[in-house]
Amino acid sequence: MKRLICRKAMSEDGRFGLDRRTKLLGPVRLDSGVQFAPVEFAYETYGTLNADKSNAILICHALTGDQYVASTHPRTGKPGWWTRLVGEGKPVDPARHCIICINVLGSCMGSSGPASFDPGTGEPYAMDFPVITIADMVRAQAILLDHLGIERLACVIGGSMGGMQALTWASLFPDRVQSAIVIASTARHSAQNIAFHEVGRQAIMADPNWKGGNYYGSVDQPDAGLAVARMAAHITYLSEEGLTQKFGRQLQDRETKTFGFDADFQVESYLRHQGLSFVERFDANSYLYITRAMDYYDLAEEHGGILAKAFSGTRTRFCLVSFDSDWLYPTIESKRVVQALNAAGAAASFVELSSPFGHDAFLLDAPEMNRIIDGFLKAGGL
Amino acid sequence: MNGLRPDLAAIAAHVREGARVLDVGCGDGALMVALRDQKGIDARGMELDATNVANAVTRGLAVVQGDADIDLADYPDDSFDYAILSQTLQTTRRPDLVLDQLLRIGKQAFVSFPNFAQWKIRFAHMFGGRMPVTKQLPHRWYDTPNIHHVTIDDFKSFVKERGYTIEGEWYLAGAKQRGVAMANLLAEHAVFLLRR
Repeated sequence: MKRLICRKAMSEDGRFGLDRRTKLLGPVRLDSGVQFAPVEFAYETYGTLNADKSNAILICHALTGDQYVASTHPRTGKPGWWTRLVGEGKPVDPARHCIICINVLGSCMGSSGPASFDPGTGEPYAMDFPVITIADMVRAQAILLDHLGIERLACVIGGSMGGMQALTWASLFPDRVQSAIVIASTARHSAQNIAFHEVGRQAIMADPNWKGGNYYGSVDQPDAGLAVARMAAHITYLSEEGLTQKFGRQLQDRETKTFGFDADFQVESYLRHQGLSFVERFDANSYLYITRAMDYYDLAEEHGGILAKAFSGTRTRFCLVSFDSDWLYPTIESKRVVQALNAAGAAASFVELSSPFGHDAFLLDAPEMNRIIDGFLKAGGL
Repeated sequence: MNGLRPDLAAIAAHVREGARVLDVGCGDGALMVALRDQKGIDARGMELDATNVANAVTRGLAVVQGDADIDLADYPDDSFDYAILSQTLQTTRRPDLVLDQLLRIGKQAFVSFPNFAQWKIRFAHMFGGRMPVTKQLPHRWYDTPNIHHVTIDDFKSFVKERGYTIEGEWYLAGAKQRGVAMANLLAEHAVFLLRR
């Protein structure tokens, strides 16, 4: 009965539901020193917050992800990006949990980012948008959760950049985070990670249509540059084994090589398709800002290089999962985090799972990952 | 400690309530569950096998996948009251270094292992002329995980050599505890409590 009343109350509460938008005064105190305000948020919630508000789970999305974790994407028409984990009967279940997913600061699906209008000028911010960090994204999310009346998160879950946010949540707001699940992630961007991102950024900025970031409203968009950035990045999300399994050296719709520069190979055609479909749904400047935020990310930096200090005294329970074929954020990076958590005396679990699919494994069918997340959440009373 | 493997039951019976415990080679966490449910201990575990780790996590335990030979180095000094190594010493590449790590991380360490000098094994070796395959050591010479066979007397002199102190010793034949007398000949398993 209590549950029904609560459900009814929430269905009338405009703050909860699919495709929510809100503008809050903020400000977000950015790492760069800028006080950013007002802050626009685009987010979704699924399920119902229980009476004692103890079932809130925040899902953090990756670089090019968005708030549509478990509902159809409005631009692509594709199902939510993590429906294998989130949904009825899944480990994260709206029947039991109040699930929140927020488009990150700097992105382009409705939260404040370079494509948003600067209230000072009435024009898109473009490159006047302040440079942001992973911690800034987390601080912004905390402002939205305050607005939703959610003080404590039963769990923060994220893969890849989402995992960076989950770690940062636990470090910045230890009292607000009961548990954190960090998948295929890291506590810092490596030189190799930064190098790949720089290739992507240079591809965008070398596109004549980029025009110093001031392409909004113009017919010519920096699509070619953004597509190349996506193609390069996409390779890092896969594994050599996965690519060989899927494409090998097979030719695309032809019997022989053409002795030209068409997409002769299936893998070329696949990458071109990935690049082209990406530009339909993503903003080039957002790509610059978010990759920059990831490159600046090093959780140990403000703790004198000692990662354990980022978690000292923590009472958050942690669960880390890595994949053996992930060379973007390899197992060794998860182990560094585990080592720091051990040193901090935290309750931490860690497992490396086997998969041929590289970094993207966490978004694909991963029954063992689901089993671990389900068990970890249930063991925490969720 | 019903249903617990006899050496684990012996360890569980002697761990102080509320102590900080690291179970190295914790398997699916059977001992950790017993310690949690019966002694209120929030134990931590390390385990090599991914499926075992997953099973332990679903039981609500904090277990990290790791290799005793490599990953114990990641733990700070004195981070636990007890470090436990049950039926794992004989599978490590460098038991001597692993023992050093246990007693660096833990103030005390429980170590249990199958006694390779037990009479059945001696008998099989002496009269069979073959590497023994027994209920207690069921593997064949080529597929055994036990790469450093050790006897009770070996272990005792090794502990002395390393300068550690034996604070407790328990001997098992089957599920039963037995006396210290002629343990090297009669005990199938040994459990030691050590300190620096």
